[in-house]
Formats: sequence, structure tokens, C-alpha cells
Amino acid sequence: MDLRFRDAEPSAEERAAVDAVLGPPPSGWEGGARTEEDLRFASGGHEARDRRDLLLPALHAVNDRIGWISQGALDYVCRRLTVPPAEAYGVATFYSLFSLKPRPTRVLHVCTDLACRARGAEAVRRGVAEALGPPGASWRPSPCLGLCERAPAALALEAGEVPKAAVYGPMAPDREAAGRPGPGAADDAPAGPPGVDLTERPEPPAEHAVPQAGRDGLVLLRRVGRVDPASLDDYRAEGGYAALRRAFALGPAGVVREVLDSGLVGRGGAAFPTGRKWEAAAGRPDHPHYLVCNADESEPGTFKDRVIMEGDPYALVEAMTIAGYATGCHRGYLYIRGEYPRAVRRMSHAIAAARSRGLLGDDVMGQGYAFDIELRRGAGAYICGEETAIFNSIEGYRGEPRSKPPFPVEKGLFGKPTVVNNVETLVNVPPILLAGAGAYAATGTAGSTGPKLFCVSGAVARPGVYEVPFGATLRDLLGLAGGTTGTLRAVLLGGAAGAFVRPGELDVPLTFEGTRAIGATLGSGVVLALDESVDLAGILLRIAGFFRDESCGQCVPCRVGTVRQEEALHRLSLRPAPGDAAGDLALLREVGQAMRDASICGLGQTAWNAVESAIDRLGVFSPREGSPA
Amino acid sequence: MSAVPLQPPRRLIEMTVDGQEVRVPEGATVLDACAAAGKDIPTLCHGDTLTPKNACRVCVVEVEGSRTLAPACSRRAEPGMVVGTATERARHSRKVVLELLASSTDLSTTPRAAEWIGEYGARPDRFGPEAATVAQPPKVDNDLYVRDYAKCILCYKCVDACGEQWQNTFAIAVAGRGFDAVISTEHDAPLTDSACVYCGNCVEVCPTGALSFKSEFDMRAAGEWDEPRQTQTTTICSYCGVGCNLTLHVQDNRIVKVSSPHDNPVTRGNLCIKGRFGYQHVQNVGPSDG
Repeated sequence: MDLRFRDAEPSAEERAAVDAVLGPPPSGWEGGARTEEDLRFASGGHEARDRRDLLLPALHAVNDRIGWISQGALDYVCRRLTVPPAEAYGVATFYSLFSLKPRPTRVLHVCTDLACRARGAEAVRRGVAEALGPPGASWRPSPCLGLCERAPAALALEAGEVPKAAVYGPMAPDREAAGRPGPGAADDAPAGPPGVDLTERPEPPAEHAVPQAGRDGLVLLRRVGRVDPASLDDYRAEGGYAALRRAFALGPAGVVREVLDSGLVGRGGAAFPTGRKWEAAAGRPDHPHYLVCNADESEPGTFKDRVIMEGDPYALVEAMTIAGYATGCHRGYLYIRGEYPRAVRRMSHAIAAARSRGLLGDDVMGQGYAFDIELRRGAGAYICGEETAIFNSIEGYRGEPRSKPPFPVEKGLFGKPTVVNNVETLVNVPPILLAGAGAYAATGTAGSTGPKLFCVSGAVARPGVYEVPFGATLRDLLGLAGGTTGTLRAVLLGGAAGAFVRPGELDVPLTFEGTRAIGATLGSGVVLALDESVDLAGILLRIAGFFRDESCGQCVPCRVGTVRQEEALHRLSLRPAPGDAAGDLALLREVGQAMRDASICGLGQTAWNAVESAIDRLGVFSPREGSPA
Repeated sequence: MSAVPLQPPRRLIEMTVDGQEVRVPEGATVLDACAAAGKDIPTLCHGDTLTPKNACRVCVVEVEGSRTLAPACSRRAEPGMVVGTATERARHSRKVVLELLASSTDLSTTPRAAEWIGEYGARPDRFGPEAATVAQPPKVDNDLYVRDYAKCILCYKCVDACGEQWQNTFAIAVAGRGFDAVISTEHDAPLTDSACVYCGNCVEVCPTGALSFKSEFDMRAAGEWDEPRQTQTTTICSYCGVGCNLTLHVQDNRIVKVSSPHDNPVTRGNLCIKGRFGYQHVQNVGPSDG
């Protein structure tokens, strides 16, 4: 590799930001001051290139400090890591939280996605546009921020020596009760337009998203609201680290056996048996093995993993340690989406605290097992939650999914056997070890064991994360959330990649097999209630827009198909439809079928699911539905 | 002539393609098996000298027991595999993929595109006149080759040829995301400011003509490009001692393009700037005799 750089120089600030992550440059070859000495040796080869995985953290460092990534900064990062500038440019332009053009240090991300939309995000968007001008540098519409219980919500990210984040929500448009910013109330926030509350307030504690917090009988959410999320002592006092002790007593194979017997399946959406994944990875002869915890929770309407990480961070640290122990990993990567600054803060604190107390490191709990966790931040890409795209993202490449086979347990992160699990899946493991596989499997149904978290949002009285055993009905769950507000029109199960359920189907048991029987899916546990006031065609357009924005662009069915799907929906949503409505519906079906059959990964394969279910099950765009009310 | 390198004997595996038993060596792809069965599967991002990215999805086939269709160019053949190349699902996906490509990209210089569109009954115009396209002006920033990204299907072959699979220059990569993704140098700089070494190995592998010799681009613009009138002569490059094979494409007694045989065991279709573009002295084209 013969790198060629441009003449752009980084500013002192940019250089400092990068050096803070990578350390000072060891020689002129890596961008330091050039000396006589440098001319007498060359630096290159694998040694110079094997830090490629620090590309994303280095880009984050610049973006966090300056607010955008200049040519000089990108060049400097490339010199430091021996990465070709064209590739680094390709990586930086892949992520929506990075900018390669100058922009203000503070950017407001206004959620316009499904859950916020069901609670008036369109009015907020208009209000913000009135106050701050058209979207562009200082604010932008954003895909789901995972703040659905506070919908409509927004997130401000501010670059600086100490990057800051502020969360707004609910921004309650046209709701007098929400209060308007008083005179001088918000010095550093832009003045709020009428009806849109842009006052910066302290973020409510994580348990505000858990209406059940503190109740008895909870398993996964047991500690949320009961413990101080910063305190390791609190965690241990509430039964923390008993499961890891039990794991050491069982031995790795024993842990895998328990997880297999518990019937635990992945909670990220694919519902693959966790024990089988662990068994397959643990048995691979090539080493090292890696553990990746997928906390890139970006499915619109999903916020359960955020609540766990913010409310009970040590539970995830312990669960990852157990998973690593069972599968022969000595290093775990925790990949948290970039839109979760508080979760990142709390998890890094928890990891550091666990490390200082010997619960991570060379000798975990004095048992001679070495394990450590490295936290990586996403930068705004839904696709990085795909189990192989997350590897590419961590490795410093564009977050494009890989072809399977080979599967992650064979060739995953850095080409090594890798276990990749969702946050919720992992935090199910300590309860399994403590209660025993049999007791755990007694909860729920035969096909879906254990407790399940649901993210209830939209037209309900108390949106939030709810824990119920598998098998509870959708009606039970909506009841827990205080019932629906307004007349229920439909419930979106599983998020943008999910399916709509009719009001007459509320007795569906919330299990993998129960939802499958009615042609729906549990997905990541999204339960978005939509009342009659919501414009369904608008929701479908937003779903289509979401997939168009988030497609990585690698394969043709998804890259072009998501665009064609959005175009057809746009035509259909105009009344009277300008074209041939039946033709457009047929077109949607044909493109949808090809996306489902021929896309590389789950994004393209599911991009048509919700739209299909809305057309088939809710009759959206049928002639009767179309007549204006 | 070049010797055919011997390979260690490989075990044969048996599988079924469209009901027909075929045997292919271990490690072969489903596409190899389809070829052995005499099936003509369309491919775009597959190249005989590269490991495909399997991004175009035009070669998908139905593999029994698989939830989704499989890209024939990348899926390894397995013993007992049952493959359907012309099932309704496979044909449907190929048709739609061709429609999606042809409606968004200029396939006018893609060999066989028109034939496949006819064969599969694809109707690219069904998405309407407003359908988004990747249309953009060609990038003409050097005298040797042109990048016309309105014809680019993002097959990644040029990126792979420039980067880790052949040239190790890494002058280009995919930038942006989704429908806005493009092949680009850093900051979309002109090639002359990039790491490009003008080996032209990207041009060699481009399946759509998005990358072409400046000579071909200019002749096409002038309406003078006439492939049937061209002759191809394979000779040996005289610049250095490696002995790369050159195939000279000649029209009206002038060299209009240089390619290299892909089956050459030394170069596999790759050349350097001298072999690829350094032919002017042969026909003594200079400012004086323009």
C-alpha cells in the first residue's frame, strides 16, 4: 500500500483530539514532526495497519471536538493509522452523525420517526423549522432516537473540549400544559418557537421509562430504579455478580448447557437459539474468540436496551463476562449506537468500575479467567445493528453486511469465531444461571421461554418499557400501559421491519409462534399503538423513507428497491392518485418480493414487511380507505 | 505460450442443477456448477479475475432449504445441493433487479444487458418518468480514462481491483450510503490529485462501460466507435522484462484501447500504465501530426 496524502494540515485542536485517542505519533511516518532519524527506516506492513479498528474512534474524536471532519483531520487520521484516504472518506461518509463539511458545533436532531410521529412530531418539525430555519447544518430531522417514551423528542449534540448532549422530550407541540420556555430560561438553547419546547432540562432518570419500576416479580427490570446505576456496591447488594460466581462453578460447558436448556432465543429480532450459537462458537478450534454485544438499537420504536444500559449497567457487564467465559472469549466489544450518550457514559463508568474491582481484567474474580470489554460507539447507521455489519463497523470499514455463510460463529470479528448477542438477550443469562434453566423455562410458553421486554409507545396512556412473560396478550400489555388513548386504528408490532395488527386481533399471545400465526412478528419488541388521528399513509411513507435512508447501498434490490418503494408509496398517498393505483400496488408487491428474496441482509429482506401488512391487513390504499374523511 | 499451472487434485462434489446431476471440484461456486450444467446465468459484479462482492444480485438462484435466494457467483457448492436456476422466484428476482438497475442506471454500454432485459421480460420504464436515477455528467479529469458514473451499478469491481485484490493503490472507495453511494476518491478529488497510478485495471474489470479509455469515450461521443470493425491482436508488452500480454483493439489501423487476457497466469488481466496507455509511440500520435 503506497499512501498518498493531500497537503491539508490538521489544526492543533484536531491533532490533539486524534492524539488523545491514539497517543502521540511515534515518528514522522505517522504524522509527527519529521526528523533525520525518520529517513533511515520505513514504517509499514501489518504492524502499521493493524490498528484500523481505531478509525471510527478517531473520527469520533475529531467530530466530538470540532463538530465536523476537515480534510486535514481526515488526512492526519489516515497517516496515524496507515489507512488510504479514499477508504477513510468512504467510512466517514457512511455515518450520518459525521459531517465532512463545516457546520455549527451544536446540531439538533429532531426525531421524525414512527413513535414520535404518532405523537405529533410533524408539528414539532414545523415548529423547529420556524425557529431555526430550514433543516441543514444546525438541525436535522432524525431517524428514531430511542426516546419513544418521551415522544416527540429531540437530541442536541454539541462538540467541544467536553462534548455535550441534551435531550428534549416531550416537546409537546400545541400543548399549553407542557409549558413554554420562560424569558431567559434557555441561554444556550435556541429560543423555542410557539408550542415547541426547546428548554434544556435535566434528563429524567432511566426508570421514568419503566412504569413498572420497583414492582415485585420483575426479572430483567428488577433493579432499574432500585439501584444507583453508578454504584457497583448497590448492584452487588441487589444480587449482582452471584450469577458470574455460579458460572465459574458450572464451568463454560455447564453455562452453555444451562442456556441451551433454558430455551433462550435472541431478542434482537431474529430469535435464534442463544445456546446453539454459544455452543457453535465455543467449539471452534481457532482462537481468539470474540464476543460482541449489539447495543446498536436502532429499530424505530425500540428503546429497551437503552433503559437497561442506563438503569442497570452492571447487569450487562456481568452478562457479557458470563457470555465471554462460556464461549472462550477474552475480549468483548460493546457497540452502542451514537445517539445514546447517556448509555455510553454509564456503561463506560460501569466497565471502569468493574475493572478497578477485579471483575474485569486479567483475573476476573480471582478465577484465573481474563476478560475485558471495549466500548465502541456507532455514528448513526441502522445497518450497523446487522450482525455482520457491526463487525465491519468495529474493524474500521464501512458498516456493510457480509455475505453469510460464513456465519459469525465461524468467521466473525477480525475473521475469528464470534458470538454476537443483543443486550436484552445477554441480560437474560444471569437470571437463567441463578434460577436454573428449568425454572426459567417455566416462564412463558413452550416455544418462547422467559420474560420479554416490550417497548410500548404511541397512543397509550403510559408509554415505556414493560416486562411481561411470553404469552401475555397484546391486550394485557396495552392494559398495563394504561390503555390506548383515542380509538385504536392499528398496532405496529416489531418496528419498521415488523407488521401491523388490527384492533380485532389484540388477543394475540405475544410469543414468537403466536405472532407468526397471524402473520406478524415480535421483532425487537416494538408495540406502537396508532389511533385514528394518525395518517397511516404518512406512517408508511416514513417507514419507506427510513429504509431508503438506512440502506447501506451495497446490493441492488435494497439500494434501488427501497427508493422505488418510497416513490410508489408517494404516488399512492397523493389523492386522487395521479397514476394507476392498481399498477403501483402490483409494483410494490413485485419489488417487495425481490427485496425479500434477493437482498443480502435482513434490512432489505424486511423493508417491505410493514408496508405489505398495511396494504393487506389494514386496507390502506384500497379504494374505500382512500376517500377523504 | 504460457503454461497452465497445475493444481492439486480436488475432490469432486455432486449436486443437482435444474434436476440435472453435475460434479464440480470442491471449492467451486454454484455458478461454476451452473456453467457445468450448461446454464447461462446473467452476472454483472462477478469477474473471472476477482472475488465478487455479490452486490448486483442478478445471478440469484434458488437453493433448496434456503429461506432466501442465493447469489450463484459467491455461494460455494456443497454436496447434495439442489439448485434451481429458472424457478419462478429466481426469474422474478432477476427480472426486478434488471428493472431496478436499468431504471436507475444507463446500461447502454453494458454487454448483454439488453438481451437479458428481453429474456426476462423486464420493463424498466414501469417506474415512471419521475423515477430517481444516478444520472450525472461524466468525470473527465485526465487524458487516459473517463469515469461516467451515470453508468455505474456499484459492483465494487473497480474498488477491489484498485485496492486489496490487485493493485494495492486504494485510490477509490465507495463513499456515501444507500442510493447516494458512489465510487469516489477522497473528498471527490480529481484523479490527478488522488493516489491513482493509471494502471487502468479498474477499466479492465468494469462491467458496464462506466470506466472507459478516453479514446473510446471520445470516439463514442463522436459516433465513431464501431466494435464490429475492430480487430484484436494479442502481443507482448515491450516496456520491461515481465512480458505481460497486451490485447490491442484496433480500428482503422489505430489502437483505440488496450486490454489484457484474463487467463494469463502472470498478470490475470492486469497491466501498468505503460502497457495499458503507453501505445502512442506505435502510431506516433503527437502534437505535430495530430
